[in-house]
Amino acid sequence: MAPQLAITLVFFYWPAGQALYQSMLRQDPFGLRTKFVWFANFRKVLADPAYLNSIQVTVVFSLATAIVAMGVALLLAVMAEKAVRGKGLYRTLLIWPYAVAPAIAGMLWLFLFNPSIGSLAYLLRSLGIAWDPLLNGTHAMILLVSAAAWKQISYNFLFFVAGLQAVPKTLIEAAAMDGAGETKRFWTIVFPLLAPTTFFLLVVNTVYALFDTFGIVHAVTGGGPGKATETLVYKVYNDGFVNLILGDSAAQSVILMAIVIALTAIQFRYVERKVHYG
Amino acid sequence: MKFFGFAAGVAATLTLLSTTSAFAVTQISWWHAMTGANAEVVDKISKDFNASQSDYELVPVFKGTYPETLNAGIAAFRAGQAPDILQVFDVGTGVMMAAEGAIKPVAEVMTGAGMTFDKSQYLPGIVGYYSKPDGTMLSFPYNSSSPILYYNKDIFQKAGLDVNSPPKTWNEVWEAAKKIKASGAASCGYTSTWLTWIHLENFAAWNDVPWATQQNGLAGGDVELKINAPIFVNHFQALADLAKDGTFKYGGRTSEAKQIFLAGECGIFTESSGGLGDIVKSGMNYGIGQLPYDTDAKGAPQNTTPGGASLWVFGNKSDEQYKGVAAFFSYLSKTDVQEYLHQKSGYLPVTLAAYEATKKSGFYDKNPGRETPILQMTGKAPTDNSKGVRLPNLPQVRDIQNEELEKMLAGQQTAQQALDNAVTRGNAAIEEALEN
Repeated sequence: MAPQLAITLVFFYWPAGQALYQSMLRQDPFGLRTKFVWFANFRKVLADPAYLNSIQVTVVFSLATAIVAMGVALLLAVMAEKAVRGKGLYRTLLIWPYAVAPAIAGMLWLFLFNPSIGSLAYLLRSLGIAWDPLLNGTHAMILLVSAAAWKQISYNFLFFVAGLQAVPKTLIEAAAMDGAGETKRFWTIVFPLLAPTTFFLLVVNTVYALFDTFGIVHAVTGGGPGKATETLVYKVYNDGFVNLILGDSAAQSVILMAIVIALTAIQFRYVERKVHYG
Repeated sequence: MKFFGFAAGVAATLTLLSTTSAFAVTQISWWHAMTGANAEVVDKISKDFNASQSDYELVPVFKGTYPETLNAGIAAFRAGQAPDILQVFDVGTGVMMAAEGAIKPVAEVMTGAGMTFDKSQYLPGIVGYYSKPDGTMLSFPYNSSSPILYYNKDIFQKAGLDVNSPPKTWNEVWEAAKKIKASGAASCGYTSTWLTWIHLENFAAWNDVPWATQQNGLAGGDVELKINAPIFVNHFQALADLAKDGTFKYGGRTSEAKQIFLAGECGIFTESSGGLGDIVKSGMNYGIGQLPYDTDAKGAPQNTTPGGASLWVFGNKSDEQYKGVAAFFSYLSKTDVQEYLHQKSGYLPVTLAAYEATKKSGFYDKNPGRETPILQMTGKAPTDNSKGVRLPNLPQVRDIQNEELEKMLAGQQTAQQALDNAVTRGNAAIEEALEN
């Protein structure tokens, strides 16, 4: 058997199979009493208003994070391209945040926006905004999106810079000769040619927002206030490891697996067709 | 050089192997969740125990936060690799009790090792909480705490309040908080950690009203929450009203509010007695009072219930290991060990002898307030409402309560709605947990 196949079997199919099996069980935390219940856990999870809320939270969070992270990164990349001196320095500085662990990034933003001691929270308050992420769900979501997007900007920046360098200078210069302004040149030439990069980043950012932000949610809000920031991944953790309802938690992770498979299929089948490669 | 290193290594290994086989020391594993000063206490106690005898070696292993330690224990049990001793926080007590096949009651461990186990030597409030309805002690109370009131004397002075008499009832707290806010002595009057533990579970016990049916779950069976009774509704409506203009400030679900109090933002604060260390360290001019009670309650103040954690012993271990565990628990019950634990960590002593000895040493005269949590917990014999609360899924039920209370404090619902929702959702979750 090929080694890569063995690795896939051990690290993917085996645990995935275990999750599937666990999702059809009702079991106490210690595994002393087990009952096979077929799809009862799935029915229960899908009928649970808290789960539906979690789906909504996840969609809002992922979209906002992807849009903010990619938008800001593109802006920075275009700006850095224009810099005459110190291009390398800008780039290096902008790439640094990527090396920060998600939980640390979360803590950093938590400190900045802490209602009592945060410097940015102080600024907001002096602007007359009653900043309270502990009780206001919208504020908590803004805080989470900022932390998650900030963390991803460096990565996106790196790819956009590379993408921008691949745009032929001759095309831009030709357009300039024809009298196209800077904005027009960007939207009609640079942006379409960046499409492969943008598409790739869209996939990466969505997957990141969906699955890699657990550490940030855990450190910043813990899913609160109420259930305002409980994403699907966080709910799997909370139900499984805090509330110890293993069947529900496994059912949710199986649903998540289905979502990832579907998302990837859709993105590669339909979105990719519309992208120009070169 | 390389060769010498290798030879030395082999020699060392051989020596180690031979010592183990020669003395046949039984290793006892203890998974715990203690950090900072409390972790030093764990290490010191373990070292001293190992030095005190030569048959057993206690090996403490830090496993993360309380929930992480509980999960590590459960996962290890499922994999057949459970430790001998696991430290489980109060909220996880019901989870452990529901797993009768997985654990061995501490009382059995002690008697099985030929030791006499006298329950009357331990603080009754604590022992009662960690026992089965028939009185069998299930786990060993290692670190226990109780919620008390702290106040900032400088802020009291500025607000024109009496610095030597902390508010005794909740109404007095509300009045004092309003005065602090109105006088501009501080931007907020009152804050609290752990709303579920302090304002629901201990509020019920201290005022001698039921938190749930079946002796708050201690008697087992079908448990229904009773936290939407008028006394709770009035209490939380008062809190919600104070939250509107910031007289009460919410800090978070666990102990986050401590930062608010330490920053001097609020004048009055309710928190675990275990939180004293940080307040002392901050250099604040603080005072301590008993947990406030509700004047509408007839029996108040009754007694508070223990928080903290206890040590559980897993089942299916060898007799030799159980003897080692029993030896450790009897060492842990020694007066000087308990005295050390109490004075160093701020948790309560679990034996009456250690409490008396600490009192005699003059510790409480030098550290006023350190006795308050003990007096609160032991002042009166516990009633059916004040032995503690126990559910197979208390973490989940607390989560539900927190969510509803947060919505209430954000002004999205009234106290009545919040507590009604918490009861409906909580009861459904309990029913489901009991089915498993």
